[in-house]
This record gives sequence, C-alpha cells and structure tokens, in this order.
Amino acid sequence: MGKPTGFKEYKRAKPLVDPIEKRILHYKEFEHNFTREQAKVQGARCMDCGIPFCHGDTGCPVQNYIPEWNDLIYREHWKEALDNLHSTNNFPEFTGRLCPAPCESACVLGINDLPVTIKSIERAIIDRGFEEGWVVPRPPKVLTGKKVAIVGSGPAGLAAAQQLARAGHSVTVFEKNDKPGGLLRYGIPDFKLEKWIIDRRLEQMKAEGVVFKTSTNVGVTFPAEDLLINFDAVILSGGSEKPRDIRIPGRDLKGIYFAMEFLPQQNRVNAGEEIKNQITAKGKNVIIIGGGDTGSDCVGISNRQGAKSITQLEVLPQPPQMRHSSTPWPNWPLMLRTSSSHEEGVNRKWSINTKEFKDNGKREVGALLCNEVKFEDGKFIDLPGTEFELNADLVLIAAGFVHPLHEGLLSQLKNKGLELDGRGNIKASFGDSPDPCKTTLNKVFACGDMRRGQSLIVWAIAEGRKCAEAVHRSLMKVKQKNLAVGTSVKPMSIM
Amino acid sequence: MLELDENNLNDRENKIQNAAGRGMYNPQLEHDACGMGFVADIKGRKSRSIIDKGLDVLKNLEHRGAVGADPYTGDGSGVLIQMPDKFIRKIAASKGISLPKEGRYGVGVMFFPQNAVLRRSVETIVEKIVIDENQQFLGWRDVPVNPDVPGEGAKLMQPFIRHCFIGADKRIKTQDEFERKLYLIRRIIDHRIRTELKLDRSKYYVPSFSSKILVYKGMLLAQQLTAYYRDLMDPDMVSAMIMIHLRFSTNTFPTWDLAHPFRMIAHNGEINTLRGNKNWMEARQAVMESPYYGKDLKRMLPIIMEGQSDSATFDSVLELLVMSGRSLPHAMMMMIPEAWSKNDLMDQVRKSFYEYHATMMEPWDGPAAVVFTDGNVIGATLDRNGLRPARYVITKDDLVVLTSEAGTMIVEPGNIKAKGRLQPGRMFLLDLEKGKILDDEEVKKEIINQKPYGKWVEDNMLKFSQLPDPPFTHPIDHETVLQRQKIFGYTKEDVSMVIRPMCINGEEAVGSMGTDAALAVLSENAQPLFRYFKQSFAQVTNPPIDAIREDLVMELTTYLGPEQNLLSETPLHAHRIELNHPLLSNSQLEKLRNITKGHFKSTNIPILFDSTLRHNMRERLEQVCKEAVSAAKEGVSLIILTDRGVDENLAAIPSLLAVSAVHHSLIKTGLRTKTSIIIESGEPREIFHYALLCGYGANAINPYLAYETISDTFRAGYLPEVETYELAKKNFVKAVNKGLVKIFSKMGISTLQSYCGAQIFEAVGLDTEIVNKYFTGTATRVEGLSLEMLEEETVRRHKAAYDILSNPYSLPAGGIYHYRRDGEHHLWNPLTISKLQLSTQRSDYKTFKEYSELINNQNKNHVTIRSLFDLDTSAEIVPIEEVEPASEIVKRFATGAMSFGSISWEAHTSLALAMNKIGGKSNTGEGGEDPKRYIPLESGESLRSAIKQVASGRFGVTANYLVNADELQIKMAQGAKPGEGGQLPGLKVDKIIAKTRFSTPGVTLISPPPHHDIYSIEDLKQLIFDLKNINPKARISVKLVSEVGVGTVAAGVAKAHADHILISGHDGGTGASPIASIQHAGTPWEIGLSETHQILMLNGLRDRVYIAVDGQMKTGRDVVIAALLGAEEFGFATAPLVTQGCILMRKCHLNTCPAGVATQDPELRKRFAGKPEYVINFMFFIAQEVREYMSAIGFRKFNDMIGRTEKVIPQRLHNHWKARGLDLSKLLFKPEPIYPTNPYRTKGQDHGLEYQIDHELIKIAQPALEKGKHIDIAMPVKNTNRTVGAMLSGELAKKYGDQGLPDRTILIEMIGTAGQSFGAFLAKGIELKLTGESNDYTGKGLSGGKLIIKVPDGITYDPAENIIIGNTCLYGATGGEAYINGVAGERFAVRNSGAYAVVEGVGDHGCEYMTGGIVVVLGKTGRNFAAGMSGGIAYVWDPKNQFMKYINKQMVDVETIINENDFYEVKNLIYKHFEYTESKRAKQILDNWDEEKNSFWKVMPGEYKIALQKLEEEKASETSAELQKRSREEIEAEAANG
Repeated sequence: MGKPTGFKEYKRAKPLVDPIEKRILHYKEFEHNFTREQAKVQGARCMDCGIPFCHGDTGCPVQNYIPEWNDLIYREHWKEALDNLHSTNNFPEFTGRLCPAPCESACVLGINDLPVTIKSIERAIIDRGFEEGWVVPRPPKVLTGKKVAIVGSGPAGLAAAQQLARAGHSVTVFEKNDKPGGLLRYGIPDFKLEKWIIDRRLEQMKAEGVVFKTSTNVGVTFPAEDLLINFDAVILSGGSEKPRDIRIPGRDLKGIYFAMEFLPQQNRVNAGEEIKNQITAKGKNVIIIGGGDTGSDCVGISNRQGAKSITQLEVLPQPPQMRHSSTPWPNWPLMLRTSSSHEEGVNRKWSINTKEFKDNGKREVGALLCNEVKFEDGKFIDLPGTEFELNADLVLIAAGFVHPLHEGLLSQLKNKGLELDGRGNIKASFGDSPDPCKTTLNKVFACGDMRRGQSLIVWAIAEGRKCAEAVHRSLMKVKQKNLAVGTSVKPMSIM
Repeated sequence: MLELDENNLNDRENKIQNAAGRGMYNPQLEHDACGMGFVADIKGRKSRSIIDKGLDVLKNLEHRGAVGADPYTGDGSGVLIQMPDKFIRKIAASKGISLPKEGRYGVGVMFFPQNAVLRRSVETIVEKIVIDENQQFLGWRDVPVNPDVPGEGAKLMQPFIRHCFIGADKRIKTQDEFERKLYLIRRIIDHRIRTELKLDRSKYYVPSFSSKILVYKGMLLAQQLTAYYRDLMDPDMVSAMIMIHLRFSTNTFPTWDLAHPFRMIAHNGEINTLRGNKNWMEARQAVMESPYYGKDLKRMLPIIMEGQSDSATFDSVLELLVMSGRSLPHAMMMMIPEAWSKNDLMDQVRKSFYEYHATMMEPWDGPAAVVFTDGNVIGATLDRNGLRPARYVITKDDLVVLTSEAGTMIVEPGNIKAKGRLQPGRMFLLDLEKGKILDDEEVKKEIINQKPYGKWVEDNMLKFSQLPDPPFTHPIDHETVLQRQKIFGYTKEDVSMVIRPMCINGEEAVGSMGTDAALAVLSENAQPLFRYFKQSFAQVTNPPIDAIREDLVMELTTYLGPEQNLLSETPLHAHRIELNHPLLSNSQLEKLRNITKGHFKSTNIPILFDSTLRHNMRERLEQVCKEAVSAAKEGVSLIILTDRGVDENLAAIPSLLAVSAVHHSLIKTGLRTKTSIIIESGEPREIFHYALLCGYGANAINPYLAYETISDTFRAGYLPEVETYELAKKNFVKAVNKGLVKIFSKMGISTLQSYCGAQIFEAVGLDTEIVNKYFTGTATRVEGLSLEMLEEETVRRHKAAYDILSNPYSLPAGGIYHYRRDGEHHLWNPLTISKLQLSTQRSDYKTFKEYSELINNQNKNHVTIRSLFDLDTSAEIVPIEEVEPASEIVKRFATGAMSFGSISWEAHTSLALAMNKIGGKSNTGEGGEDPKRYIPLESGESLRSAIKQVASGRFGVTANYLVNADELQIKMAQGAKPGEGGQLPGLKVDKIIAKTRFSTPGVTLISPPPHHDIYSIEDLKQLIFDLKNINPKARISVKLVSEVGVGTVAAGVAKAHADHILISGHDGGTGASPIASIQHAGTPWEIGLSETHQILMLNGLRDRVYIAVDGQMKTGRDVVIAALLGAEEFGFATAPLVTQGCILMRKCHLNTCPAGVATQDPELRKRFAGKPEYVINFMFFIAQEVREYMSAIGFRKFNDMIGRTEKVIPQRLHNHWKARGLDLSKLLFKPEPIYPTNPYRTKGQDHGLEYQIDHELIKIAQPALEKGKHIDIAMPVKNTNRTVGAMLSGELAKKYGDQGLPDRTILIEMIGTAGQSFGAFLAKGIELKLTGESNDYTGKGLSGGKLIIKVPDGITYDPAENIIIGNTCLYGATGGEAYINGVAGERFAVRNSGAYAVVEGVGDHGCEYMTGGIVVVLGKTGRNFAAGMSGGIAYVWDPKNQFMKYINKQMVDVETIINENDFYEVKNLIYKHFEYTESKRAKQILDNWDEEKNSFWKVMPGEYKIALQKLEEEKASETSAELQKRSREEIEAEAANG
C-alpha cells in the first residue's frame, strides 16, 4: 500500500506557517493546510507497517486507521479517506489542529528518520471534506425513544453526543456557558482553532438531532436530580476544571490569575463579546508559571496583546533536545518541545521554583522571588544561593488541573451515590472493562477529563466514543460479549 | 512358547492401539517407498536361473530398504513368480493331492493367525466358499518357513502361512475365466472373514490366489527371504519372470501383508490422492456392472478395504479393472495416465483415449514407478512426473533386468543389447507369451485404437460454447454488496490485501514474516469455517511439484454430469460437460441452471436457514443432504447448492460444510458419481477457500460475491492498474487457477480431477462429530467446535452484519495480515515488540519479564495452543541455584534458517557472532555463506554459521561449505510455505549475494519446490548418507514442518539415519511467501512435536535422534512446554530479529525494510542498529526464564524434563464461547514404547561409513592431501558402493578450501557400475573416471572436480542412444567438469551453477533452474528443457532439427551460434570429451566440424545475457578507470621525476 519506497524518496514536510511578525498581529489561525499534492507526497512516506505503532497501544488513542488513510490520500481517494478517518474519530478538524500527535512519536519511520506528518494529513482530509461538502448530517434511520443527557460540551461530551444521536437516541447536551465547546471554545486560543470550526460541526450535530441546552449549569442553575428522573442515561463530561494553585506568600495580590481566567476572555473578545476589565498583558511584564501547553497558549496570547516581556517558568529541568533515553521509541518522548507560541518570543526558564509573590506596594504583584531547584528522587530540592527576583506585572498560573469541580453537580450526585476516585475524578473504569465509563450511580456514565483527569483532546474523543457505546449497549440491554462479532473490543464506529 | 508370543503380540498391539486411540499415532498415515524391479526372459522360457538372478538383484538393492529399532527386522521384501508347475505338483503330491493339469488349478498363498482354533475357523470358511462357488477344494499345505529368521518385531507378527489348492470346475473354459473365478472367490472369502470373524489384515491376508502367479513375501530383509522360505531354494522352482520388491516404510510397525509385491503390482512411490480415490471408488462401485460377474459383483464390495496401504489399494482397483475385462496395460493407462492435454507431441488418437477415460476415472496421482504383471505379461510404468527411477538392460540372450537402479546384476558389456530407463508416463512391456518387448508406442497403439474413442468424445462431450445463452444472468447489485460482504464475513483486508492484488497481477499476493494471530478456534471473533482447516503438503515421502516450471503435467480440466459404469465402455461415457477450470461465471452458471441439452438436468438447493431459530442450521443441513440424495435418485445430474437470497433473517450455511456434507451423503448412498455438485456462494473469496471447496467435493464454484466485490472495487477506483472490470475479473480467475494448481502441487498432485474430493487437509479445532459426519476421513487431533457452536458462530456473524453499531460505511478491519487494534489479536504487537527491544538493548531482565508476561499470559486473548497448557507446580520446588546453569541451556538454542539474501549481511553476521559466542548455533539459511566467514576474526570471535542448510536450490553448497559446519540441515519444508520453492528476484541479487550463491548479479534465483534428489524416503536416506560422507563429524538434521503425519515421516527420517530432526511450526517466518501459505499451510508445532515424540517413543527410535522445534518461539515458557512435549533443542528467528531492530514491518519481500534487517538496499542497511549483545541477552533471558520454570516444576537437569507431559495440565476454557470444546489430551498422551528407548537422544545412528571405499582412497591419497603430490588410484566399483569420492573431497576441502588442489592431482580410475551419488561434491584437484555406468545423482553438487563416465570396451550398442547415468545428475553442481559418454536420465544438471558438462543425450527437464556453467548435449533432449533456467548456457546438437519442440522457452532465448568465441568454446569442450571418453559421437562431430557446427543451438536466458553484458561494461569501465588512474599516476610520477 502507499508507495513502498516513498519514505526513501521524500522528506518530511510540514504545512506552511505565516511568519511571526505577521501572525502576532492577529488572533487568526496562521498554519496553512497542506496542498493536495503535498498531502499525497507525505502520505506516500507511510510504510504501511505490519504493526502500525501509530495506531496501536503506543499510538493514537482513537485508533485511527492511519496507514489506511495515508494510503488513500496517496492514491487520491479523498472521500474514502474521510470516511475512514470519521469511522474512528468524530472531530478530525480538532485533532488535526490541536493534537500533540502521539501517533507521530510512535511512527516506525521515526526510529531512524523523521516520522510521517500524520496530523497534517488528518487536517488536510477533514478540511477538504468540509470544503467539498462531504461532511453532511447523518441522522439516524430509526429512533430508539431513549433519552440521554450529557453534561458538558467539551470534546468528550460532543463525541458521545454525536455517537448516541446517530444510534437513534434523543440526546440533550447541557452546557453552563452560552456556547458549546468547552475548552475547545474557551481554552484554546483562536490562532490554534478558530471557533467557526466548532460551530460548523455543531450545526451538523444539531441536524442529526442533538439538542444543546446552553447557559445551563447543572448542579447550580439546574438540579442534577432532574436529569436522573427525566433521562434514561446521563453522561458526565464536564472536564477537569479545578486548576492547580500555587500556594505561596503573596498569592492574594492582584495581577495573579489562573490561565483559565485569562485565556477565555480573549476568545470571547475575538468572538465579539464585550468584556469589562479584561485581563490583558499589554505593556506588562508577564510571568507564566507552568511549562505546558496552557502556559504556551498564554505566551501566544500575551505576545498578541503586546506584552512588554514574557517569561515562562518551569520547575522541571530542561528536557533534552532529542528523545530522552528513558522514553525510547515508540513511547511519548521526553524532549524539549518548542511551540509556535514559543517561537513568537518568550524567555523560558527551567528548574525554577517560585517562592513568593512580591507586592509592588499597591497590593499588586510587582515581582517574583524564585530560586533554582534540582530534581532528585521525585523531589525538588532548592539549590542554595540561587535566589533571584523577576519583575512581574501579570502572573498567569498554568500549573495544570487537579480534578473536576466538586461543587454543584458532583456534590449533588454524590448524595445519590456517585463516587470519586482517589484523585478526585469520577470513579469509572475504561479500556477493555465489561462496563466501561459506568459510574457507581445507576444509569450515570462518565467520560473525558472528568473521569480520566486532565488529558488530550484525542483522549476526550476516545472516551466519549467508548462511553457512548457503553450507554448504547446498556440502553439496548445487550451484553457487549454477545455482540462482539467481527471484533473483540470494537469501538462503536458509527460515522 | 506360542502362548508367550501371543502375550507379547497382544501387549504390542495394545500399545499400538492405545497410541492410536488416545495419542497422536494414526496407522493410516504410513508411507513407503522402495527398491523394486523384475528379471524376465523375453522368450518366456521358465528357468531356475531367472529366480536366482532376481534374488541376487533383490540383495543388491538392500540399501534401499530400511530397518527399524531392531536391526534384524526389515520393512518387507518379496517376490512374485509364475506358477512353477513342477514344484507345485511335487509339493501337492507330498500331501497326497493330485493336481489337474497346468492352468486348471490355483494356489492360494494365505497368511493365517497363529492361533490354531482361530485358524481353523478361517480355513473352514475358505473351504466352504470354494465349494459353494463350484470349484474343487483340493487341500492345504503348510508352507515351510524358518521362524527364527525374522527379527524380533517381525517374528512376533509372523503369520501362519499355508498354501491352498483349488481345482477348476469343468465348466470353466479358459484360464482367464478361472482367474476371474478365483478372484471372485477370494473377494467373497475376504468379506466373510472380515465380517464374521472380524479379523483385520494382520491376522488374515492373501498374498496371491491365482493359477498363474505365486507370491512369497514378508516382513523380512532381502537376505532373510530365502532363508525364511525354503521353497524359494527348490531346484524345481522355475519361472520366466520374477518381480521383486524391497520396502522402506516410514511407518513404524510394518506388517507382513504390506510387503510387496501385491497380486499384480509392486510399487515404488506414493499415491497422494488416495483419500479422494478411495471416496470416488466407494461412490463408483454402487453403479458398477460387469457381464462377467452379474449379481456376484455386489458380493465383492467394497473393492477397497479400510486400513490398506496406498499400494495395496491401487492393486485392488487395478485387479478389478483387469478382472472385469480390460487388459492390464489398458487398466494401467486409466489409473496412471501420462500428461496429455498440454503435450503437443502426442497424437490425437492417444489424446482422445485419455480424454475419454478421464471422464470415467481421476488419475491416481503421485510419484509412482509400478511394475505389474498378470503372469502373461510383465511391464513397468512411471507416472506423469517420472519421479521414481527405473533402469533396464536388455541382453543379447533375451534377458531383461529392470530395477530401481543400474548395476544390480552384472552383465558382460559384450552381451548388452540396449540400456534404457523408464520415462515419465511411459510404459515398457514384455509379452512373455509372444516372446517380445513392446515399447510404449507399440503397447499403447493397440489399446488406443480398440474403440473409436475420439469420435465418442467428439459426438458426446459438451462444451460451454455449445450451450445456449441463458435467459437471465444475475446482475451486479452495487446497492447491497457491502451488506452481503458483511454477512459473509468479508473484511477490509479481504478486499485490499487478498482480492485486489489478484485482480491487478493475476497472482496471489505475497507477504512476509510468520503468522502470530490466533488460531481460528481460539479467536474471539467469528471466523469463516475455512480457517479451521490447514493444508497438507508433501515432505520427504513424496515431492511437491513445481507447478510453474513443470506446468506441462498440471491440469485443471474437469467434467460435469454423471459418470457411467466403470467396468464398461460406451459412447455415453463421454457425455459430460467439459469445464476448463472450476470457477463458473454467472452466465456459465445460468447456462447450467437452464440446461436442456443432452441428458443433463439441474436443480437448485438453497443452503439458507433461519438465523432466528435455534438448531435451524443443523436441521436445514440435514434437509439439504436429503434433497440432494433424492434429486440424484431422480436423475438430477447437476446439483446447484446456492446461498443467494440471504437477508436479515436468512443466513447461509457455511459453503464448505454444505458442499462436504452433500458430497459425503451422496457417497454414502452410492449416488455421488450420478451427479455433480456446483456451489453458488457469496462466501469463498480467497484461493484457499476454493481449494477447500474442491478438496471436499465441489465440482464447480460460482463465487458471485467475489465477482461483485471486484466490480465494486473497480467502480470505486481502487483498481486503476486495470482497464476494465472484465479484465480485473479475468485476472482474479487466473490467480485462483494458478493458486489452485500451486496448492495441489504442494501435495504432489497434478490434476484438479484427482484433487477433487481428495481432502488433503487437517482440521484444527473441530470436533469429531462434525468431522466424522461431514468431513469424513479428515484428520483432527484437537477437538473443538461442535456443530452447535459453528451454528452460533455463523449466526453471530450474520447478526453482526445487521448490527446498528457496526460501521455502516465500511467492513470490519480484519487485522489478520496486519495488526489492527480492533482486529485479531497478535502476539507481536506494539507493546511486546517495544518491551523486547528495550529489555535486550538495555540488558534489563525486569522489562523482559514484562514482555514475556504479555506473551505467556494469554488469558484475555488466546492465540496459541500452548497458552492452554498450565504447568504442574505441585512437586517440590528446586532451589534455583541447583538448576542447570543458563550457560548450559543456551547451547540448546539456535537461530532460525534465514538466508543471507533474505536478511542483510549485518543482521546475518550479528546473529552468527552472538550464537557462536554463547555456544549455540546460527543457521546459514539456504543462501550459501561467504567463505571468509570460516576464518575466525582477530578477536577470536567467529562469523561462521554452525548450521549449514542444504535446501532445494543448493545455493553455494560446495564441498568447502559442507565441511565448515557442525550441523548440516536438509530443509524439507519451511513453516511459512511448506511444499513451495522460492524466488529471489534478480534486482535483489547484488554482487556479494551472487558470489555466495554462485550466480550472476541481477539474475533471478529460483529454489525448486522439491529437492530433486529427494522424491521419497529412501532418497532422503541417500542424501543423509552423502552429507555424512563429506562431513562425518557434522550432525545431519532434517527440517520438517508440522502437519498430520509428520511423526510418521519423522520415524522414517530416523530410520534414514538422520541425527537430528527439526519440527517447525506453521507460523514460522519467511522473507516472501504467498499470503495464503503463511496463513493456511501446516499446523502449530505443539501438534507436530507431540506426534513426532509419541511415534518415535512408540517405535523405540526416540533415543537415536535429537528433536528440535521452532516456530514463533518467544519465551522461556514456550521452551519449557516444548521440552515437556518432547523437544531437546529450540530455534528462534523472529524474536532475535526483533532484538536487532525488526518491527514486523512485513515488507521483507519488497526489500524496503526500514530497520536494515531484511533488505539489501545499501542505504537502508545503514539503518541497521542491531548488536550481537542483544541476541545474547535474549538467549540468556530465555534460559533464565526456563530455569525459573524448571525450579517451579521441580527439575534440576534439562534432559529430565524432556517428554514429561504429565507436568502439563490442559486448561478447559469453560467461558470461551467456542474454545470451550477444545480437548488437548491426545497431545499429552505418553505411549509405551514397543522397543525400549530413552525420551531423548542417548545413542547415535549407525551410518555405516566404515564400509566406504573412500577410506581406502583417502589412505592412498595422503601424499596428495598432505603435500599436493600427484596420485593415481585404480579400483573396481559396484552399485552398493554409494557416494564414492565425497569423503575424500571432504578431506581435501577441509585443507584446501574452495581453491582445492591443481587439476588432476588425484587421478582415480574405476571400473564397474557405481552406486548412487557417484562423485558427489567432488572437489577440485580430483579426477574421477569411471568405465562402466552409474546411477542417480552422479556428480551431485560437483564442486570443482572432474568426472568422466565412459562405456567399457567391447560393447556393441551405440552409447549415444543408451543410458549411462541415472536421474538428477550434476544436481546443484557449483563447479568442475563432467564428461558423460552416453545418455543421462531426467533432470540433468538441474540447478547447475558452474559446472561444465558434455553429455550425449538427456531426459526430461534437462538444465532446469540452471544459473551458471555450460552444458553441451550431443544428442536428444527430453521435454521441458531449460525450464526456469536463469543463467548459464546450454549448447544442443540437433542435426534433425527437432529440439525446438522440447524446449521450455519461458525464460530462455534459443539461437544458432554465430559468435566465434562460442564455436571455440563448444568445440573445445567436445574435444575434451573425446579426449577423456573416446566418444564416437564426439569424434563424428569433430571430424565434420564445419558442417556439424551449424547443427548447434545456443540456449541462453535473456536476463543472464543482459547481466553478463552489464558485468562486461562494468569491468570495461573499471579497467578504463584503472588505466586512467594509472596514466595519471604515471604522468604525476613523470612530473615528479622531471
């Protein structure tokens, strides 16, 4: 399949991106799609492995049949590639833009060469699909009469909703914000994902019968109990929203925010909303605590807002430039990752611990007191004599999320018997378990970050699909085992 | 005394029966092969001396027979002679019996039970029936025997032998009529005794019962025969002919009755199609009628009795045909027809004869040399392939000696009239009454003109083109294709990896690496029924055929419609519909459905059932069978089983089940030959499916959904390579046909007609009920799926096709060929591979244990049989320090046979280095080895592979190669593609590979499917002997692949004196193989190993051989299970490659391995990242794990663990929806040995090397060997001197390597008839000159030496028209010269890669697969000359301009010589030929050179020509570069000087 010698003949190429000086002037996407010819050539690099590690346990969480659609693109069967892609992934337009692509780090070609640009090919496929009008609503042929409530409209909730609607169930998605999408809409900066991309998918879902109840905060503005009474099944997919805080002196000063207070505001502004007293980096010395993707997003927004300086602090040591030996192929590599936002300008510091936020005299943060640390036996040890101060007008905490919000929804359901796991996430199994995603509360299921803890969009989609399958089987009263024909643990693969 | 014997006998029988019932032994799987022949006086003069000569000849064939655990118990020998009237009259008189005149009495030679009471009851029946049939019962005579002569085993089994005298009733007019009567009487007696007394053939058997012939035979060595039967020494014992036979049985418990000759034949070879032939005979006998027997015919049935050997069965049917009125040669021509349809040289009358008879009976196919007689004529014939040797000499005093080899009887050169050999499909006959020899042409001419067969065929045979167009043809329904594909279980892989490549290339797709997915019965998924069957294939006892290169013997034509009475001949017999191949198009099927022409009538029987009703499949299946039976009774001649019409509720009975069930019901009701079975089904899609359907009785198949799938695929644009759907379909059908031919050629079967119903499969995981009832006669050793579970499986698949959750737009993934997370479970998967790589690279045992846990613990997804075995840990734990150290255990390990060529230099040497370091063994594979690897590295490490493989291609198998080995492994089969050859495309043959394989860069290399020197077990014995000679220190290993009967074959191999037997699992890897072979041929090693171990134990042969096992060995637990099942050594291939970077890319065949492992691409090889240390780590990890298990189950010493099956506890998978029926107890049975033996190797084989005359040669040649001095030797030789010169060559090669000594350093002259393998592997510096003649395999592997065979002085026949050397001479020669002053047999210079030879004529298939060297033929060639020849040159002298008819032009160009160099070369060789042999033919040509030189053809492969040109060009450019460089240097030097 593909071109057997393609990997020898062609070099890895990535899509074009706009130059930094141009792209930081706006909030729009700046990475271009592959041309068809580029996609074909890059598809030809796929070796159609006997064991595609990109697709296996070491690769894509939604089990995309990557070699198959690489081949289809090489052969210019775009529509079939789209069908194939959609058969495992409801929203390739999200993952094709946002996924860190564990598939590529597991790509066999990556052992001694540069891996196939799987992610960009994925994007090329879905973008062309929309362009050509191939992505059309696929409403169910038969309705089951069963009602399913889904709380939370991030990628997990949306994937579950679409799957279940197509299987003929009546699906209602509850969203506390005024628009669905969850982190996709409010957390991911527009320059990585323009929001009309979510909207067009929502249009399709609506046409397939999914009902969205926005501005409805279940457990706050809407009693959670009502869901249990009015629906045949309930899926909790509210994400992992509780941010990890930095509890050090000066934390209560002004000018210190969680990333998720800062990022959504800009997205809302971009969407035309008016925000009073928007937190902005303009003209400020910005310090971002946390070296992950959210921190990187803060860098990108801060640059666009016109920050005076941007510094990103990470307590872990600087990873190596190349794959670290502790994470050999096909594992997700420990290595230095430089995002497009980083390229746009940031001062990254490693092995830095913040000891104190210093007051500028106005009950506002003016500086950070930091020191260097070393990481030993799982602990960070301060290195004496390395203390220093950093000027700071705006501090953004992007230190990750600990678990879902326990207030409201979860506390109401806990009274009914919903249990949490040791990490504060909803207790439910996954994987090959006979009852994946089933919580301790009857007819209540959980998926996405709310169950798994903070993770990738692609995992959220995988969870949503798996959960939908479990819900469907429970609603249709069929044991998974009896239906396991053709495949052993088959994901529900309705497109 | 007698009682004690009986106890012993009973004990022995109990042991055997136990082994057969509860273990893996199956008496039906016995094979045999032999030496055979006859001596006869052409004029029919009876004499004592004919018998003496025959007995001498028999003794001279002794080496072709075999003995078992007891050296005095032979597998059998015997003679058949004409009735010696004087002698019989004398012995009868001594009993007071007076006989009627000659021809009016018959003698029955009868084997009776020793028990007197029982014997008496048998005799009473005999007497009564003779009288009831109105003949005179004259009396009995005890045949005097010496009961002490046979070996222990034979003694125990010996029958009480009596002669019975019968006089002809006066109403009997002729002797032939009397013979028919005797035949009837014998058959009636047989049936009465079998039904009334329930005696099997070991207790009651009749060697002969005739007025014309008499048989003496038994489980005796040739030497013992006369000592046992005193009769044979009687001076009055006279005959004009004697047929002799000496048996080599793979079977372990030969019995007296199975010795040959039978009543009409003695046979060397094997009938591959036996199961089918038996079934068809059973079906046919119901409709037989004979004017000779009338109602009595029914009393003789069944013609074939269960439990007979293939030869005995053949004999029974031949007898029937002759007794019912056909002449003996006529009957032989029916049963073993020569290949006719593709033979352009055959005349039409003869073709018509065969075509007509093909409508009556399928060929009894297999390698066969048969001598036959009815007392009046005696003759011999070879099967269409001519795979058994038979040489004859005719003397001037009218004697004919025909035997398996020349030289068994000394004939004065001056007395020789002619020497010849039997040729493929040809017959040789002596009419003793008329006193003349009839050659093939003469015999057959009369027979083929008996009736107007041609006209009968012309007038009655229907062809499709004669049938009117059908009123309606099913259209392609694109709307529902996907839905129906799902119903029939199609996967994405079926479409993209199976069907699509077939449509593009007209060939089956090729894949690589082994299979590691679950067995069908263990798979969680619904599997097509096809997947429960595994193909059987030929190994050792019969050869596979090269269906491509030897296409002329292959045949796909079959006939539809009813067969007529086998015992008559009418024009109506030919009234059948001719079918060119079994796949029917939709329109052809409709033609049949609507047939009105002729006597044909068709009916449809739907094979659909209601999937919502329980047991409905079983009910419907029964009904289908009933409907078929009543249709056949009503005269329906075409039964169309159809599954068109499946819908949401109606599911299809698996097509294979329906076909086989109907086939067997029709056989059982005697109706099978009245009708044909046509299956119209959506299910079959891959070649293997079609093979199964044919193999279980389908006469024709309409795979409508496969066609629709092709159309759909084409429409969707997935076949851009093909212009039209029609072409894609045509390619598909072509691929299926090619694939079918390939599948049956693997079993050595040539025609679809004999394959149909032949059931050459083994079931793995079906329960006995299904098999016995619907697949009667198929082997199944692992119980499993019941009919109910099969129904559930079918229903599940059906429901899943309508499951709302399944992807509505595409098929399920499949994941059988390539890993898919939602497909079949594979043991090699991302986790296991990455953990294994990591652990061995980092020397991290903890990670290795994580890896092995993933493999060993298959509780979630069972893949292998061994995953169902638990180990008994109830014994006391042995402290781990007390367990044998890992450094000892690793010595039992070897890496797999992977050729340099299939894997890269880096990978190949890395494995060798590692294994040498730890004292294990690496294996060259079949690609030769670069001699520089024999020299240790400076570090003291060695790159030399301890195991040198000898495969069918014999690439680089030189004397030097063979002496540089600790083990020589004869590869009979390969797990991934047993029964198949291989092909290394020219583009992969780079310089270094070409060098190690003795070929030319860029030239394609073909390994033939069979070893052309192993067509049967006694041939293997010969090759083992050859190899042992050249390297007496090396162990000789034989690699077999697990399949039903492998244990019996292994027993034969042990008797053939192998030191080591490797049992490979079906799942072993490959660098390139058709995907169906990877998946469907062979069985798991657990089954083959346990069968082998049990049978060797039972026979007392186990302690003579090492047993090794391989095939997807991955962990220490695998090793422990294998040891407990009986193995002492272990092979690993894929896993060590994984440590070297292999990631199961499965692209080895494309040369694009991105890990640099399985590629020759220099750029990709740079990516190789393996290190020997990783392999060493792996081996030690495995050993460590083994030790942990040994400690847990209580063993200190590895050897103590071997064969201890009681330590294995089979799991029952109670919760698995279909594997819950699995029963593995047979695999764990421990047989009680009949002869004492240890469960592992403790004693060696007796190779008999001490008698070799090479010892003498070596002694005399010492000065040459030591100092290179010239030595002359002269010595006589005879046919029992086998493999002359090999041991000497070994000594020479050890010292001087490939360079050898200067030409003619050692000169050896011999006189006489040399035995087989004369001059094998002859090394450079030796000139071996034989005056006389020699046998098969002369010059095998010629390795630089010079071989001269010339006729003796004083002969009067023309050497250029007479045979002088046997078959398969110069096979695999790599260098040297040969001058042959006469005609060679079939397959001269096959796989020659460097020798120069001159010969005065060759048989069929000359120069096949040749890749180098030059062959000059100064005479006629046989057919198929130069097939598969990819290199080298042949010059053929053809003054009568006939050669073009005989050549196979697939790969070669034929032209006249124009180049002066070529003329010079040919003339020079002929001149040398004359110089060495004084050949008259050579002289005649040289004398008239200017004229004769224009009578030569030059045969040269096109690819070779191009490759040579390229080499020339390269050399030229190198030289010019060199010159340029030099001139520059000179200029510079001058400048410097200046």
